[in-house]
Amino acid sequence: METIAEYIKKGRPDAWRAELRKSMKAKERTSLERVVMPEQDPNVRNKNIEEVNFGITEEMAVVEAHRCLDCPEPTCTIGCPVGIDIPHFIKKIESKDFLGAAAVIKQTNALPAVCGRVCPQEKQCELQCFYTQKLHKPAIAIGNLERFAADYERNSGKMSVPAIAESNGIKVAVVGSGPSGLAAAGDLAKMGYDVTVFEALHEIGGVLKYGIPEFRLPNDIVDVEIENMRKMGVKFRTDFIVGKTASFEDLREQGYQAFFVGSGAGLPKFMNIPGENFNGIFSSNEYLTRINLMKAAYDDYDTPVLEGKNVAVVGGGNTAMDSVRTSKRLGAKRSMIIYRRSIEEMPARVEEVHHAQAEEIEFMNLHNPVEYYADENGRVNRMRVQKMELGEPDASGRRRPIPIEGSEFDIDVDLVVVAVGVSPNPIVPASLKDLKMTDWGTIVVDKETMQSSIPDIFAGGDIVRGGATVILAMGDGRTAAVGIDQYIQEKVKAN
Amino acid sequence: MNKIIEKEFFSENVARLVIDAPDIAKSRKAGHFVIIRLDEKGERIPLTIADGDPEKGTITLVVQKVGVTSAKLLAMNEGDEILDLVGPLGKATHIDKFGTVLCAGGGVGVAPLLPIVKALHEAGNRVITVLAGRNKDLIIMEDEMRKYSDEVVIMTDDGSYGKQGLVTAGMEEVIKREKVDKSVVIGPAIMMKFGSFTTKKYNIPTEVSLNTIMVDGTGMCGACRISVGGKTKFVCVDGPEFDAFQVDWDQMMTRMGAYKTEEHEAYQKYLETVQTEA
Ligand SMILES: Cc1cc2nc3c(=O)[nH]c(=O)nc-3n(C[C@H](O)[C@H](O)[C@H](O)COP(=O)(O)OP(=O)(O)OC[C@H]3O[C@@H](n4cnc5c(N)ncnc54)[C@H](O)[C@@H]3O)c2cc1C
Ligand code: FES
Repeated sequence: METIAEYIKKGRPDAWRAELRKSMKAKERTSLERVVMPEQDPNVRNKNIEEVNFGITEEMAVVEAHRCLDCPEPTCTIGCPVGIDIPHFIKKIESKDFLGAAAVIKQTNALPAVCGRVCPQEKQCELQCFYTQKLHKPAIAIGNLERFAADYERNSGKMSVPAIAESNGIKVAVVGSGPSGLAAAGDLAKMGYDVTVFEALHEIGGVLKYGIPEFRLPNDIVDVEIENMRKMGVKFRTDFIVGKTASFEDLREQGYQAFFVGSGAGLPKFMNIPGENFNGIFSSNEYLTRINLMKAAYDDYDTPVLEGKNVAVVGGGNTAMDSVRTSKRLGAKRSMIIYRRSIEEMPARVEEVHHAQAEEIEFMNLHNPVEYYADENGRVNRMRVQKMELGEPDASGRRRPIPIEGSEFDIDVDLVVVAVGVSPNPIVPASLKDLKMTDWGTIVVDKETMQSSIPDIFAGGDIVRGGATVILAMGDGRTAAVGIDQYIQEKVKAN
Repeated sequence: MNKIIEKEFFSENVARLVIDAPDIAKSRKAGHFVIIRLDEKGERIPLTIADGDPEKGTITLVVQKVGVTSAKLLAMNEGDEILDLVGPLGKATHIDKFGTVLCAGGGVGVAPLLPIVKALHEAGNRVITVLAGRNKDLIIMEDEMRKYSDEVVIMTDDGSYGKQGLVTAGMEEVIKREKVDKSVVIGPAIMMKFGSFTTKKYNIPTEVSLNTIMVDGTGMCGACRISVGGKTKFVCVDGPEFDAFQVDWDQMMTRMGAYKTEEHEAYQKYLETVQTEA
């Protein structure tokens, strides 16, 4: 099989690309400014739920594509977890073949419109870009271009449904409909398998639906992808918990030959500090689920959510940013981030931190909650925080936060969202005694094939990695699809 | 899917629904619950599975009108379908041969108690059941309970049926009379709190089934969390049954009231719309 590096090098000598490279001097290209993503005014958008970024125009995309030097050794591709042929799709954009660009991305990325919006590009492709590494200039806006190509294709009405191999009638079950499950299901369907995705919730999409808010990733975009998969013959069963509604053994009896488990890292962590169970203190999953999945902010929906005027969100990841920005949109007077390290260490996407700052979110970095207090009805009304300082780097390579004795003080709050991480969802492991697990509750798999200790069960995404990213989850799903295909082919041959 | 096959009112506000749910009917055990959502704009609420028939592929739910969703559900008819129904959720009840088991149920707590009484009976225990309610109309499922109990004691606040007094009086009478090895108390939080105070006096191990607020029911949100033995537990995956003596009852009652204002407003609004439609 060809390696990613070989795949990426293959297209560069093509005449059209050589031509394109010659059409503009490198100096001219590098003197162009990086495109600026048009966005809603911060003071308008922090009162609505519309998407913050409008997307770049065709003209902007073509100019940005001109900046790309089509490097002989494209380092950007090293940063991409799924090996997108980045220079290839960018050059397609430069030559105004936008549908062609989308097709290139889709060879290795099943959900480009999603990834263009939520990938941490600044830590991946854009970090490795020649501009960042050697020119010390802003990287090519690879994420914005990816989003542009995907949106262009979707809006063109010419979205391609991938070619499907002839049906082989072999049943495969996918457990969980987050990005890992969707990616696995898509690839297995392409190979001709009869795929059913089982989802515990009433909606398909996993975190893409219940977690990431509309203002960052509109549901419509995810729905289009799901619709496409239906066209490819993938079946979906919502309200079905594998391991509860039916066991793996039941499904084997129904003829499923292999399983992909993409059940995610659903279990929210709390800090176990005094007062954390007072009313008005939520996990970020609960807060975001009430609003994104259950639409609690709309009057005509039955699910309620408590209103907050002074909202504190604890944590520094994407989940924390999403929660704090949501609270502002729901009318909070004051929305604060409380994070125990400094802004540089925040794991959230840089763009989200910038957006939050522009939306008048207060950042209390180097602070950590130590206790909560409540009124006579048990509703939180005050929290005690402690100041922190940074010490030596810890195992994660980030400097360890150390509490400063005697620095505690109180803040008035009426709503608190705890976004300090998640643990793997225990339902599947609990239902399979023989499944090999790590001490952290993740499923142990062979990295090449994503096969678990039970031969017909494969796994990927957050249930294998702990809380990770959409793109890694998707990559796992695709690797597993290949692994499952090999496993089934061998089983068929053996019989 | 999820069709209502049968609906029978026990009283004005309490009804038994038999629902077509073949997968759940096959996999459920005593103690399990389901989460339902009635329509696109509906909320997700937990309901204990009161009974099930794997042959017919049905489960039984007993529903009391307490808010918008339960009122809407009771307004549905045979033949109607529930949009979303997922389960079985939670851990099944630990059933063993304990000896004599005192089961106490108050209000709709009687519904979740039934499968436990049945399972305990089938495991060879002597089962004494205390059913309590404000008045005669609120005593439900008495016949079913009698079928699986060695004795049924009825308590009403106003004395309109059975003996007059609280559930705890009925429990204490039994405990004083004979040796009780285990107790299961299910009902409103306040009833479980005082019911378990009673058994604690006599050192009788006691289980309660907590009906906290829930959203997903799969351990994903923590809305259902409660302190048990000083540790935070998620009722939907770690429970719903817990050692009664370890539960932080004050926290339980506070958390149950988290949406009191919102729930009340929503219910009033619902009643108004129903009235204008009528
Ligand atoms: C608020 C928030 C913001 C985020 N922002 C970003 C971001 O900007 N960029 C980024 O790259 N990543 C982000 N992430 C992380 C990213 O969403 C996850 O890494 C990714 O979704 C993991 O995908 P997955 O397929 O493993 O699982 P999930 O998306 O978690 O999906 C798992 C699904 O499986 C279902 N399930 C679980 N158990 C069962 C069962 N037994 N039977 C049936 N179904 C089951 C669950 O209900 C769920 O729908 C964010 C996460 C959150 C919570
Ligand atoms: S209901 Fe969400 S975790 Fe229990």
